[in-house]
Amino acid sequence: MYDVAVIGCGIIGAATAFSLSMYQLNVVVLERENDVALGATRANSAIIHAGYDPEPGTKMARLNVRGCEMAQALCAQLDVPYLNNGSLVLAFSEEEMATVRELYARGEANGVPGQRILTGDEVRAMEPYVSNEVVGALYAPSAGIVNPWEYAIAMAEVAVQNSVEVRLNAGVTAIARIPGGYRITAGDQTVDARYVVNCAGVDSAVMHEMVAPKAFTIYPVRGDYYLMDKCESVRARRVLFQCPSALGKGVLVSPTVHGNLIVGPDAVACEDGHRVNTTAEGLAYVKKAAARSVPSIDYRSAIRNFAGMRANSDQKDFVIGMAAENFLDLAGIKSPGLSSAPAIGEEAVKLLSENGLALTPKANPVTTRKCVRFKSLSEDEKREAVRRNPLYGRVICRCETITEGEIVDAIHSPIPPCSLDGVKRRAGSGMGRCQGGFCGPRVLEILARERKLDPTEILKDRAGSWILACETKEEAKRV
Amino acid sequence: MTYDLIVIGGGPAGLAAAVSASENGLKNILIVERDRELGGILNQCIHNGFGLHRFKEELSGPEYARRFIEMLKNTAVSVLTDAMVLDIAPDRTVRVVSAQHGYQTLAAKSVVLAMGCRERTRGAIGIPGDRPSGVFTAGTAQRYLNLEGYMCGRRVVILGSGDIGLIMARRMTLEGAKVLACVEVMPYSGGLTRNIVQCLHDFDIPLYLSHTVTDITATNGRVSSVTVAQVDERRAPIPGTEMHFDCDTLLLSVGLIPENELTRAAGIAIDPRTNGPVVFENMETSMPGVFACGNVVHVHDLVDYVSAESERAGKAAARFVLNGDAQGEPIELHNGNAVSYTVPQKLRRENVEKVADVFFRVRRIFGASVINVTSGGQALASYKRERMAPGEMEHLLLPAALLQKASGEITISCEEADCK
Repeated sequence: MYDVAVIGCGIIGAATAFSLSMYQLNVVVLERENDVALGATRANSAIIHAGYDPEPGTKMARLNVRGCEMAQALCAQLDVPYLNNGSLVLAFSEEEMATVRELYARGEANGVPGQRILTGDEVRAMEPYVSNEVVGALYAPSAGIVNPWEYAIAMAEVAVQNSVEVRLNAGVTAIARIPGGYRITAGDQTVDARYVVNCAGVDSAVMHEMVAPKAFTIYPVRGDYYLMDKCESVRARRVLFQCPSALGKGVLVSPTVHGNLIVGPDAVACEDGHRVNTTAEGLAYVKKAAARSVPSIDYRSAIRNFAGMRANSDQKDFVIGMAAENFLDLAGIKSPGLSSAPAIGEEAVKLLSENGLALTPKANPVTTRKCVRFKSLSEDEKREAVRRNPLYGRVICRCETITEGEIVDAIHSPIPPCSLDGVKRRAGSGMGRCQGGFCGPRVLEILARERKLDPTEILKDRAGSWILACETKEEAKRV
Repeated sequence: MTYDLIVIGGGPAGLAAAVSASENGLKNILIVERDRELGGILNQCIHNGFGLHRFKEELSGPEYARRFIEMLKNTAVSVLTDAMVLDIAPDRTVRVVSAQHGYQTLAAKSVVLAMGCRERTRGAIGIPGDRPSGVFTAGTAQRYLNLEGYMCGRRVVILGSGDIGLIMARRMTLEGAKVLACVEVMPYSGGLTRNIVQCLHDFDIPLYLSHTVTDITATNGRVSSVTVAQVDERRAPIPGTEMHFDCDTLLLSVGLIPENELTRAAGIAIDPRTNGPVVFENMETSMPGVFACGNVVHVHDLVDYVSAESERAGKAAARFVLNGDAQGEPIELHNGNAVSYTVPQKLRRENVEKVADVFFRVRRIFGASVINVTSGGQALASYKRERMAPGEMEHLLLPAALLQKASGEITISCEEADCK
């Protein structure tokens, strides 16, 4: 019997596994997809919020500010791209300035450091592309940007190195009470565990209701985004928000840690929390709304659209608490969930301990992670890297300068990817302006070679996303 | 050692430039090619139709490339394959990395940029819908099919009637796939007429002009259908005209973009109309001693024209190294009515021996028409055409004597013949 089973390996499951992995515990993580971080974690605004949005006194307020505080050091420790570039909430009218002052007051109550209210001219001095219509803003210097999926992958990888078991393609179908714990069924496998942590994102209410009466409802909310080529990243140095509304934090314009510009999202309530399609209306709305903040964005430089799904709930706060005996919900983790994640991981450990889980720290747990990123090495380091391993000298992804060495490292990382997008999320290949047009076939070849698979077995992304139908001539024979 | 010339890219442009520079007296020439062999995109273009102008023969892409690779054999040109140029400094120092030779800093007296172009993607044109596998640029599908030996789908819709898309319609059909439709947002095709006939008509593949893909639906992670709708004059989909195609693959042939990341990083001036470097009559860029040719400058229809342009660039690089900087006050080439760009963008009369090659594209379809070359409002010359289309590049040879009459700028414009 495992000590703890974590359901879901998005950023919350990964953070929980990471925190638990520092103790002498048998932990298993059950993930429905063929890779970790495939839900809300991989498609969002990638912002570490300062913490002025949540209402003072909420778990959300406390965990957001704490998570934001942890991000810089944790990302350095885990070699996750992070930039503390600060954020601005732009106001376009006197009424919106009132909102800005309210956010400032909340931020003060929540303990957000260094906040300032700026005039329109001060904003434009900091952000030359911001609209002339802006009359002022809330500046929060502690906000930042991060690579969200790598944040989750990094925490999950460290957990695996500390002997946490991550089972992929293990979507939970049933949970039953057994003496001393729970029996979890995930397709054809069963897992027994003394404690269960529910980090199932859009499915978290389903998991909750397998062991307890209905207590909350998840309302998945989809949002469309544009990702722009690097030439457009000059449009924003900081995260540029508009004043929040009931649906969310509105459309933002922000640089990304990869040097692109991200624009979005809209907010559309959805029935199916797993279908993340973009829509013409959504994309048009995003363009129009973002033009209020930064009128000069050139959409001819768009390199990708995507949509993300937030696991919003009918609760004002995060749903963090015991659903049943030894069954912990970490549910309804809407924005600022990414910002709060490492703090939620810590919180989970604390709550499990309060509920009787004995915690004995490991003697020498792995706490750090390091990747070779050829592009960001100095000239001497590049020379040395290629000398050490010639594969670092073979550039496969020309747009992002990603080498075969980095791709092979990704393929043999602690949670080995089985798809082009899995490699992309780890190594960064295919992230650039040609979107894998040139490197896709090369990465596929390397992945097939390293994993000893036939090229037709390589997926683009989730289960079922085949790339190659068959060898040539086979189809002609069949027809 | 300082190279006389480093050519970045070993596709048709780089090959022709290197051969020409060698013929014109340069000794130490290096071609840096990122792929494992020379030839560039020609290697995956196994259809015929290459070389009609250059060699008066119909060759396949690899055969066409082979002709130039053979020419290299009689020269002292050296080749570094499987190597990537990381940057070019203003002193023409080129930093290159490769698995075989590691990280190298190479000095050159001249540089030719011949990096070619890349395909526009789904993200660039913003097709909404699910984001499954099965959406490929036509060139990627062509690579899988012709170089790797794999079919990337069985039921195919093609968006865009650019030449690669048309060629792939035929190629996939011959390999046993069902190509359901070719969809073009413009009211005319973006490809060569001969390809419309030989790749679509001959295989009964319908071409839907003034239509676009408005939605992509996935089942279990792979494309399962696309929605196609008619568009109005502003290219906006018309509600109620939707058609659904059950398919597993959507190929995109929606335009090519010159690949100028190295050029931009080096601080070389870029023309926003071509997305390529601004060039003079001899294909020199704004950085002295750095030349550019082929699809990195502007997207060509025919490789034959790429070769011709690149030979001029190679020759100019040789002259630069052997005779020094080109002299002369540049004349700007302006785009008049219905002209979307010209290459070159600037001319130095002193540097034009007999004629200056000028390439341009028109913005719309013309029947019987006239190309007017004017300067300061004065007519210098006019040329008749029976037909012009955005998909077919126009070429003018402006005699040196004519250029002498120009003052400050030259404007190229097009109009219907009966307007005169």
